[in-house]
This record gives sequence, C-alpha cells and structure tokens, in this order.
Amino acid sequence: MTRRLGLVLPLLLIFGWEAAAIIINNPFYLPRLESVIPVLLNPFSTDFTLGTGSLVDNALVSIERVTIGFGIAAAVAIPLGIGMGRSSRINDFFDTTIEMLRPVPPLAWVPLALAWFKLGIASIVFIIFIGSVFPILLNTIDGVRSVKKTWIEVGTTLGASERQVLSCIIVPGAAPTIWTGLRVGFGIAWMCVVAAEILPGPTSGLGYLIMYAYNQGQMNVIVAGMITIGLIGLAIDILFKIVERRFFSWRGLDR
Amino acid sequence: MTLMLRDISRTFTTEKGETIEALSRISLEVRDQEFICILGPSGCGKTTILRIIAGLESATSGTISINGTTITQPSPQMAMIFQEYSLYPWRNVQDNVTLGLELRGMKKAEREERAKNYLELMGLKGFERSFPYELSGGMRQRVAVARALAIDPSILLMDEPFGALDAQTRNRMQHELLHIWQKTKKTILFVTHSVDEAVFLADRIVVLTRRPGTIREIVTVPGERPRERTGEPFVRIRRHLLDMINEESGAVQ
Repeated sequence: MTRRLGLVLPLLLIFGWEAAAIIINNPFYLPRLESVIPVLLNPFSTDFTLGTGSLVDNALVSIERVTIGFGIAAAVAIPLGIGMGRSSRINDFFDTTIEMLRPVPPLAWVPLALAWFKLGIASIVFIIFIGSVFPILLNTIDGVRSVKKTWIEVGTTLGASERQVLSCIIVPGAAPTIWTGLRVGFGIAWMCVVAAEILPGPTSGLGYLIMYAYNQGQMNVIVAGMITIGLIGLAIDILFKIVERRFFSWRGLDR
Repeated sequence: MTLMLRDISRTFTTEKGETIEALSRISLEVRDQEFICILGPSGCGKTTILRIIAGLESATSGTISINGTTITQPSPQMAMIFQEYSLYPWRNVQDNVTLGLELRGMKKAEREERAKNYLELMGLKGFERSFPYELSGGMRQRVAVARALAIDPSILLMDEPFGALDAQTRNRMQHELLHIWQKTKKTILFVTHSVDEAVFLADRIVVLTRRPGTIREIVTVPGERPRERTGEPFVRIRRHLLDMINEESGAVQ
C-alpha cells in the first residue's frame, strides 16, 4: 500500500509537467513528455545526443568516475575512522583538521583541483573523494565508538589478540554504521560527479551530456539526462538498502 | 587447580586527582572445584576482584596465581560470564559459542563438533541458528555460559550473571548452574548481591566490607545440594549474612 502511495506524487508531477508543457508551448522552456520518452527508451542511440556518446555511454563514464573517487574515499576513511574511533590520541591529532576541512563544499575545491590535476578524470575523482570521504569517516568513528565494551572484554577473556579484537569484534560491530556512512557518501559522490562534469573540461559523463544538450538547445535531452541521474541514484541507494537489510538487520533488533 | 589471591589492592585516581581505595589486601585461596560466592554491598569492589582475576584490570599491588604460577593477563584457564549484553548480535547462537575456539584457530567442523556438547548441555539444541535478539534473557545467558564452557577453562568467573533475569528464570538458572558445575567439575567464582543466591549456590561465601573492600568474613555453607532454600540451617546462615550486609550498607535495622 505504501509502495503504491509512493507512486502517486510522481504521476501527478508527470501530469502537471505535461499540462504545463502544453500550456507554455515552448520546448526551449519545458519539453513535452513525448519528446523526452524516446530519448529514455533508446538509451544506446546517439541520434538524440548529437555528436556525443549515448545516454548509456555517458552514464557508464559517470559511474566509473564515481566508483574510483568513492573507492579511494572509502579506502582512506574506513581505516582512519577505525583508528580515530579506537584511539583518542589519533582522534586528537586529526580531529581539528577534519572539522575545519569538512564544511568546505566539494565544489569550492574545483579551482585547486584544476590547478593540481589539470582537466581530466583526476580532478573529477578528487572532487568526488572530497565529497564522500567525510560522511564515511564520521560514521566509521561513530560505529567504532558504539561497539560495546563488554563485547571487547568477552573477546579478551576468550583469548583474542589485538588484531582479532579488531577483525572479529570491532569491524563487524561497527559495520552497520560504516555501511550507513558508505550509503550517504555514495549519494554525495553521485551528486559531485554530475556537478564536476558540468564544469568546463570533461567531454563525457551525464553532467557533460546535459550541459552539451543545453548548448545545443535540446531541452528534452537535458530532462532525460536528469531523469537518468535520478534513477541511477535511486537504484544504487536501493542496492545499499538491500545489503543493509540482508546483513545488518541485527542493529535494529538488538536489545 | 588452585587459585590464589595474595594481598590484592586496587586504588583509582579520579579526574579531580583524588585517590580512591577500592580494594584493600584481599587474600583468598580457592580450592579445586570449589564454588565460591563473593557477596557484598554495592560499590564494595566485588566486580573489580573478578575483573582483576580475569586480567581485564590490574591490581595496584598483590599477586594472583594459578597452581603457583603468577598470572598477569587473561588466562586460557579462565572464562568470564558477564551480567548482560555480552553476546554478539551479528553471530547466531552457534557462532557465539564457538568464538573462543575460532580465535584459537580451530577448524570450523571441529569447533562446531565441540560446541555441540555444550549447546546440548545448556538446553540450546535446536537454537543453533537463532540470533541473540530472538532469545529470552535466560536463553541468552545460557549461550554465554556455553560459550565460556566451550574453551574448556578450569575456572568460571561469573559477574552477577543472573542479575538481570526475573525471579523465576533466575531460580531455574541457579539449579542448572549447580547441575553443570557438578557435571563439568569447574571451579566457580560467582559475584552476587543476593544473599539467597549465595546461600543456595556456594560452598563458601566471601563477605566483603564496604569500600575499601576487604574480606569481612568467609562463611562456609554446609549441606548437600540441591538445598532446600527455606530449610535449617540456611535460614540461620541467611540471617547472619543479611545482618552483615545491612551493617556494611549502613542500613538501620
């Protein structure tokens, strides 16, 4: 029932959009539904995306970039977060710096990224890294701190070494919260890749595609691109939630 | 297996820099297969004694030895059972019970074979695949006991293990514990604040004074088990213990 209820608003929006498009009657302001749907239904075709890659080509490029940037962010943030969650000395060393860097929006890093990495994938990956590293880091720290002291003490009395305490108790105990951080981080990473691709430089990616379509006056491609961005973001979030329900449901049920 | 505590003292320093003496010169010899209860008013440091023996905290002075060998860190000869929240919620019953064996590098098939006996002994057969959140408080403590037994320690350290259970479950668990104690021939150190529980379970009851905790008296409880809770001479012993505890708690009679 809730599922069905969730479909009501998108349907209303689509109707409202179509009605508005008919009234406005200017495809440069608002393209009509029937001009957008063919673009979405032929995602492999380059007919609509004049002179640049298809919707799928561009989506794959964006996904690849976001995966690299997000992967690096996770590889940095999870170990660092475990260290900061476990040791107050490590935490004290990094905390001030992190709290100072964290409020700087990822896009504010663009000029420096361009200066350091020039135009190209490296600067986009860097922006994605900046966007996703903090939520993963903060959630990892929280997760490690939420591991109950008794869990660790049981392990110690059963003969666990420091390494075993980490791998058998702290990491699995913190995993649900770390996963939440990854989910949030990926959402931000996805927004960052599109934003970074809109900037001058890239010649592919969904962000590039909608900017390119703008320059071509192709409003239907812009809207189709935006819908694709939204759908991919939604799909990835659902994947994260499925894994969460499958492996980490104990967190909500634990007493 | 003889466990010796010699002159164990423990002081804490608070954040304000005050020194608090929690335990003072505790000496105790625990005999093989003995069931000892440590009884005392709240805040007397009875849990601290157990934690020091388990190697989770260190004594400020004094030594602990097993068969004459001084120990300074968690010993494989001992396992501790906590009051609650000690199970790993992401592991099912079987994987909780086999953790100690897993940490020792034992193969999966072998450790599950070994856990089987203890799961059966604790009445957990059929619950191997259940998760802790699916179990009642009593069942969860059974898992905790099975997990401790699985590493085959000679000494069980139990820190108010039934303190969070309702009275009925608690009585049943006490019966079961005696049964397991007799069957597995473990030495048990059991911390409790319940006079009734101590009298029902222990060979000897170590009564602590209020802070700084020292041994006020060691009471030997005679009689075969299972004991009749309301029978003589337990009523008399209970009266004597209650008098001491009340005095130590500063309660007015």
